[in-house]
Amino acid sequence: MSKCGLEMNKRVLEFQEVTFSYKEKKQGHSVPVLDSLNIHIYDREFITIVGASGSGKSTLFRLITGLEEPAKGQIFINGQVHESRLGQTGYMPQHDLLMPWRTISENAALPLEVKGGHKEEARKKILPLLKEFGLEGMENRFPHELSGGMRQRVSFLRTVLSGSNVLLLDEPFSALDAITRLSMQEWLMTQWEKRKTTIVFITHDVNEALFLSDRIFIFSEKPVCSLQEVKVPLPRPRKLTDLNRPAILELKEDLLEKLRGKVKT
Amino acid sequence: MTSGKGILPAALLIAAFLIIWEAAARGVNMMFILPPPTGILSKLWQLKEPLFFEHLPATLSIIVIGLAISVILGVGIAVWMSISPSVEKAIYPIIISSQMIPIIALAPIFVLWFGYSIWSKVVVTVLITFFPITVNTFDGLKSGSKELKELLLTMGAGKKEIFFKLLIPSALPHFYSGLKVAVTLSVIGAAIGEWLGAQAGLGYFSRRMMTQFDGAAVFAPIVLLSAIGIVLFILVKCIENRSLKWRKIE
Repeated sequence: MSKCGLEMNKRVLEFQEVTFSYKEKKQGHSVPVLDSLNIHIYDREFITIVGASGSGKSTLFRLITGLEEPAKGQIFINGQVHESRLGQTGYMPQHDLLMPWRTISENAALPLEVKGGHKEEARKKILPLLKEFGLEGMENRFPHELSGGMRQRVSFLRTVLSGSNVLLLDEPFSALDAITRLSMQEWLMTQWEKRKTTIVFITHDVNEALFLSDRIFIFSEKPVCSLQEVKVPLPRPRKLTDLNRPAILELKEDLLEKLRGKVKT
Repeated sequence: MTSGKGILPAALLIAAFLIIWEAAARGVNMMFILPPPTGILSKLWQLKEPLFFEHLPATLSIIVIGLAISVILGVGIAVWMSISPSVEKAIYPIIISSQMIPIIALAPIFVLWFGYSIWSKVVVTVLITFFPITVNTFDGLKSGSKELKELLLTMGAGKKEIFFKLLIPSALPHFYSGLKVAVTLSVIGAAIGEWLGAQAGLGYFSRRMMTQFDGAAVFAPIVLLSAIGIVLFILVKCIENRSLKWRKIE
């Protein structure tokens, strides 16, 4: 990749020869997960990562967020190697993980509070956003009073409020029913276009990956030493019906084949 | 309101029990051994001045001071153990095994140490009540979800934020469960403490009346002791409902 200096080509997330393995506590030996992996993710890209369970997708997120440290190699966020990456990215976990004792606005305010903001200021910042996220009038409700889709929107709002330009979404819609899921995908796409952030999105669902992303990374062999990468040739804005184009259907077959092939081995 | 209807079966059962007691007591007709409920009530009225103005305040202050010390001590130890694993390893087994010691049997030694002052009774109360508070609060502090902790970490939270924003809210329901148990035990602790050595108090008064074969006067302070227990329990329940509003809306 030549240095062309364009804003769009700014690397926001980069792995350089990253090696990582989990230590088995009982036996003392370690299980390699990543081996000299290189990744480049550019500003305002939407990346999805697909792969079978246990292929190390979540480990990748744990490394990016700073919950784990690589054995070798370096991780750059916005062009910098940070001493601690904790607090540098916005992470949205698989289950909404809202605190049951906090109201909706208090839950959304959590990253602002952690960063030392005033509660009242945070509240003022959040109220208009709640409206935008379709959560108007919910600010004083508790999480268990909301539907699954709404809780995921609160969880996403909380991720956005981390203030980071790199958002990591770990199978955020996997627990939702099919119809809510589709509308959440469309909703997420408009939010992403509006907020000008980079999103890395883990999923099992090939359709979801094709609909949302610019590039799809396939996590296959273990340890992962290179990623198979697929560019999605669809212009934006996209519609769900775009997935029925012949080129996309072919790509889907191809993707499924790749994933299936890996499961056997 | 469902609460009015909810207590109806219990109220009926108690009423039936009191009526049978009343009838049986009148049948036996030995006031000094089995006084009827009406006899106890009239005794309560008759003794209202010493009971309400001398013995009730004495017992209540033991309970309140004892509980206050237990809460501070119990929560303090629980927090300390949750912060430091080595403190947990050192203290937790001791706290558990301390419950194997029959504290009531130890009570006389406290009379030796602290004399007939209020402190011998407070110590008994504290020793009985700090255990449920400590253990429940500690379990509560440990119950904070690991996933939420990691989420807070990814936001850049430090130990302090995790403690105040995750561990304390997670521990609160457990703390209240412990406090409810402690409140009922505190009445027992105070009463037993008073039996062994006191110059005032409901437990002391009840025991003194026993030596005078005045059955109704033995029961009258017990009615008050039970009332203290019930009122304290309801009080804790109210505070709990108020601070755990999120739990009430099901």
